[in-house]
Amino acid sequence: MKSAEKSAGKSAARGTARALRTPGGLSVRVDVRAATVVVLLLVAALAASVLLIGTGDFPIAAGDVLKTLLGGGDAGQQFIVNELRLPRVLVGLLVGASLGLGGALFQAISRNPLGSPDILGLGQGATAGALVVIVLFSGSASEVTMGALVGGLVTGLSIYVLAWKRGVHGYRLVLVGIGISAIVTAVNGYLMTKADLVDASRALVWMTGSLSGRDWAQVWPLVALCAVLVPLVLANARGLRMMEMGDDISHALGVRVERVRMLLMVSAVLLTAAATAAAGPVSFVALTAPQLARRLTRSPGPNLLPSLCMGAALLVTADWVSQRLFGADQLPVGVVTGVVGGVYLLWLLVSERRAGRI
Amino acid sequence: MNRLSAENVTLAYDQRVIAEQLSVEIPDNSFTVIVGPNACGKSTLLRALSRMLKPSQGRVLLDGQVIQSMPAKKVARTLGLLPQSSIAPDGITVADLVGRGRYPHQGLLRQWSSEDERVVRESMAQTGVAELADRYVDELSGGQRQRVWIAMALAQQTPLLLLDEPTTYLDIQHQIDVLDLCAELHEEQGRTLVAVLHDLNHAARYATHLIALRGGEVIAQGAPNDIVTAELVEQVFGLRCQVIDDPETGTPLVVPAARTARAGGRAQSAKVAATAAS
Repeated sequence: MKSAEKSAGKSAARGTARALRTPGGLSVRVDVRAATVVVLLLVAALAASVLLIGTGDFPIAAGDVLKTLLGGGDAGQQFIVNELRLPRVLVGLLVGASLGLGGALFQAISRNPLGSPDILGLGQGATAGALVVIVLFSGSASEVTMGALVGGLVTGLSIYVLAWKRGVHGYRLVLVGIGISAIVTAVNGYLMTKADLVDASRALVWMTGSLSGRDWAQVWPLVALCAVLVPLVLANARGLRMMEMGDDISHALGVRVERVRMLLMVSAVLLTAAATAAAGPVSFVALTAPQLARRLTRSPGPNLLPSLCMGAALLVTADWVSQRLFGADQLPVGVVTGVVGGVYLLWLLVSERRAGRI
Repeated sequence: MNRLSAENVTLAYDQRVIAEQLSVEIPDNSFTVIVGPNACGKSTLLRALSRMLKPSQGRVLLDGQVIQSMPAKKVARTLGLLPQSSIAPDGITVADLVGRGRYPHQGLLRQWSSEDERVVRESMAQTGVAELADRYVDELSGGQRQRVWIAMALAQQTPLLLLDEPTTYLDIQHQIDVLDLCAELHEEQGRTLVAVLHDLNHAARYATHLIALRGGEVIAQGAPNDIVTAELVEQVFGLRCQVIDDPETGTPLVVPAARTARAGGRAQSAKVAATAAS
């Protein structure tokens, strides 16, 4: 037992990166542990998705869900699985993935685990956009989505403009974000007092973050956005890794710091705003997913892909838990992620304090 | 024509001007040390030479080209910089950190060649951190850590290497250790080194070319034996002193005058400082 522990510690200390090379001089560096974590998280996310599809007023066994997804099953199952539940699960996966990736980007850029969209007020900004549409214009669902998207983008932009001074710096970004978050929360409170009862309850459900009633109309925009942004972000991941060490040294290594940071921040804001527009401000996924992913991979660096998979797995699992414990659509997924994430945030604050970082 | 030079640069942070019309040549294959009192612009000059700071007027030339107009990675393969403060990421090993110095030689499809591996091994051997390769950077002492950062800069394989106060915060034995390492890099590998140093005696002992700055102006430059005199030290630092031969190396050694002797000459040195500033 003891020797096993020792050798595990040793291999962790050595790092598990392996280089794959072709005779032509091409080489790719793969962190074996991180790659394993990614695969396991993907499996977990897909397994939770199958369970989630099978859960509801008409429970379907996992085997039947798989069969139906692959084109089998009877007409009733096909309708329930493909039309009702699959889009909801896909929105869950995509929202979780976007939040995980967006959170990892923000935390890496601000070099601070607290620099995540939850704390920076992006969620509140998107909420404000949605509330304006719901309360002032009684807009349709798609208009609410647009409102949330615009709200998130405007908030992200104002944080960037206010925090920008010869580059965005970690604590400055967090502090400006907290300030903006407070202002927007006040605006949201004001909008709620203006709302009539129907609008207010609609707004309240939206504000908790919920996946119920999501259909294919919400899936496609998210798929398109992720298809563009995820490769773009991953292509710039190596520069972001260098930026962990400080702006000066990344400059010296030939990273175009301002350009990479601008591009990644815009991507992170878009991902977070789109996720919030689709599912409401699902709290704390963006904060916890990158931290949990980092603890699993034990590797330095922004851990972008593991965070993305962790976000997807977390959100779908949280939705499944809330449905199992409280019944279908009784409890919005945001409540579960909020409770779990809040506990995690406290733990993070305590451990960061012990480590002397805050 | 030297590889790295600044031509009539005006250096400023926002509106605060640090230096105006400053021209500096870094002689090829030299170990150049920039000295001067606090806030004389020495770190600012180094930042300009390493394209961290864009001059508001004038230009910095690397191999005859304006440094800002060159591709970032190409510059990073020619000129390395060890900044004053860098952050070692949590839980990174020495080998991984040194490996990050290979960034300018890598690309999306060329992430970790056998050449990268070889250079990282060599850089760690040269700086004496090879046996620390698997250790976490967080658990190292200050002196070891500075060697690791230098190893990373070496892995960049640049003919020119700029170091911003590489000995700050180190004990005296580690300061000498780092400077010995720099001298080795300069003598044995023919790299051009430019360092900002606080300690005038260290500068005089190790530099082959000294640049003395005051208030953003070059007061003197040349070999330490030729330029370091009591007058120069008084002019640059406003300190009365004697300059004697270093008993170990024969290089100039600055010995500050005793407190009582300086008290008499304070009025005079203030006057010298005033003329130098104006």
